[in-house]
Amino acid sequence: MTRQMTGAKMVIEALKDQGVDVVFGYPGGAVLPIYDEMFQQNDIKHILVRHEQGAIHAAEGYARSTGKPGVVLVTSGPGATNTVTGIVDALMDSIPIVVLTGQVPTFMIGSDAFQEGDTVGITRPCTKMNWLVKETDKLAGTIHEAFHVATSGRPGPVLVDIPKDVQFATGIYKEKADTRTSHYAPRTKGDPEMIARMVELIETAERPVFYTGGGVINSGDRATQVLRDWAEATGFPVTSTLMGLGCYPASGKSWLGMLGMHGTYQANWAMHDCDLMLNIGARFDDRITGRINAFSPESTKVHIDIDPSSLNKVIHTHVPIIGDVADVLEEAFALWKSRGGNVNREALVRWWKQIDEWRAVDCLAYTPTGGTPIRPQHALTRLEALTKGMDRYITTEVGQHQMWAAQYLGFDGPNRWMTSGGLGTMGYGVPASIGVQIAHPDALVINVAGEASWLMNMQEMGTAMQYKAPVKQFIMNNERLGMVRQWQELLHGERYSSSWSESLPDFVKLAEAFGCKGIRCDSEDDLDEAIREMLAYDGPVIFDCLVEKHENCFPMIPSGNAHNDMLLGNAETQGVIGAKGAVLV
Amino acid sequence: MSPLNIQKGASKHSAYDLRDPNAEVIETHTLAVIVDNESGVLARVIGLFSARGYNIDSLTVAEVDHLGHLSRITVVTSGTPQVIVQIKAQLERMVVVHRVHDLTMEGPNVQRELALFKVKGRGEARIEALRLAEIFRANVVDSTLESFVFEMTGTPQKVDAFAELMQPLGLIEVARTGVAAISRGV
Repeated sequence: MTRQMTGAKMVIEALKDQGVDVVFGYPGGAVLPIYDEMFQQNDIKHILVRHEQGAIHAAEGYARSTGKPGVVLVTSGPGATNTVTGIVDALMDSIPIVVLTGQVPTFMIGSDAFQEGDTVGITRPCTKMNWLVKETDKLAGTIHEAFHVATSGRPGPVLVDIPKDVQFATGIYKEKADTRTSHYAPRTKGDPEMIARMVELIETAERPVFYTGGGVINSGDRATQVLRDWAEATGFPVTSTLMGLGCYPASGKSWLGMLGMHGTYQANWAMHDCDLMLNIGARFDDRITGRINAFSPESTKVHIDIDPSSLNKVIHTHVPIIGDVADVLEEAFALWKSRGGNVNREALVRWWKQIDEWRAVDCLAYTPTGGTPIRPQHALTRLEALTKGMDRYITTEVGQHQMWAAQYLGFDGPNRWMTSGGLGTMGYGVPASIGVQIAHPDALVINVAGEASWLMNMQEMGTAMQYKAPVKQFIMNNERLGMVRQWQELLHGERYSSSWSESLPDFVKLAEAFGCKGIRCDSEDDLDEAIREMLAYDGPVIFDCLVEKHENCFPMIPSGNAHNDMLLGNAETQGVIGAKGAVLV
Repeated sequence: MSPLNIQKGASKHSAYDLRDPNAEVIETHTLAVIVDNESGVLARVIGLFSARGYNIDSLTVAEVDHLGHLSRITVVTSGTPQVIVQIKAQLERMVVVHRVHDLTMEGPNVQRELALFKVKGRGEARIEALRLAEIFRANVVDSTLESFVFEMTGTPQKVDAFAELMQPLGLIEVARTGVAAISRGV
């Protein structure tokens, strides 16, 4: 049965066909027909954001916390360009997002019409794929293809640009089932020979480590489960990148903590000294490797990634495996068990003894002030203690607070931790927290923020109020751009160029202005009570947590240094970054 | 544990290149990239090269399969072995790309380029130009009393050689198509 309908209606039908229940968006001239159709139905909920960048980050929060693609609907020109930061963010962190943009009518394209922008041109390098649809008959098929591309292989953002005349015109709707998706079908099964090599290496390794990344979480629940099975059965230590936190439980006995520039002492030393590195869905990011030619010099490296271009991009790997993490790990696990499930137990005992010595350094230790100001690490330690066991989701902004959150909060399951990793987008957290809350209305959603990042998309508090999303904004306020300040201290002779927050708003009054609750806390004595008050409040809260202004984030691998060359504290921070390191970011 | 000693081509399905990644030698590779013939595809492929800092020595593109809606981009690029592998992997993962053939790796191949040369001159130089054109099997496709336009098909090296010889004989303009390449045999 063929169904005739307008392009605008097709958009709604295609979204329903794809099982979409929420769209984050902002209307404008070039998408009015679609908004009109949106108005006349009740299956899809539209969340009106306050800025298009917020729509993308909210969709990212939705996508990361559910494993489903996030959907965004915005208008042409400025509506589309405002989404660009978010699109790049989703590309860097491999988040499936489908962006629908309005465009001026086809007969006006190229005429510099009002609110015209070359949206497909602008977003070509920052989407996985994008399309300008010029015929209504092709619209539904293109949207189905967009969902296919966004969610297949390494996930990522896609964009469909829809001119206004295409929305008004009538055409034939193509069902999802009738759409022949393109040739695009990334390989998911790993090469059996390479998997066999990986298993052989696991059987004999003396100092192995699982280095896990966001790919495990993107691969889904099956992947996190089989990773846990592997860790349990082998007794190998596990570390994660910022994007991978939660794929192995922080309460698990093999957990080393996060690795990388602000990773734990034990995780980075284990990476440096290991003889077998099992990289599962991570990409040897520069925050992870430190100095390339000193990166884990002794190890044989196995790398599982669904994106062939991630293999051997930065670090040469001995056993590269192209495939989906869940498929490859399952196949390898079955093979390993069938071969007797052997590991080198004796060597592992020695390895763990070594790791325990590194653990004993207790690199995350800090001294609470016991009063004012609040030690930021202490604020997060208490937040962790008081929310333990709750149905909790955490988002963050970008900076010191983000690293502290990664260090001091524990995640026992995947999809519970939403942060801007690759792009490092300040302003990510507020809208992302709203996206998460929309997807999980009854859960506790906390955005751990710094005051500077938080201000970048604070307008979205209006969205939180409108949709009664009770997000908790936990702002660790040091009146500084803390990470910038830290680098200036280490690298630029303590000349703090533009790295303090001048003329800050009164966050409690700001909360009142939005109609939500504001809480200020400036003493460790009152911290627990204040956090409990935040948790108990039924609605959005802006929590102004006044923390030590000059606290630095440690441990730290200074730029250009190796994993075994970490700073543990404030002593010896001057001159640690050499000229070569100084040019790095 | 000693590093693995895996032979190149250990797996016949292998997409992996196991040559020494630290080799600093610069190689030139000719890639045939089969893509959807859609608007913006060339911009997408070129954008990849510029965004990631890869070289393009030569580039040609044309539709080769009207019914299948496919174009063939022939790109000659250069870089270390690791960069060449990255270029192929980055191309292969693009949604619009159907296949990438590394003609340089896949065996003997034929490379041809079409070039047009405008040579201005009179007297001895003009006769010499005509004589050399005959040796190089270049055709005269336009002539005035004081100029020729030669058309020549050949490898880039042959085109270069002819251009060099024509230089002192009054070469004033060159148009080249860039390389089209195809593997030998079936």
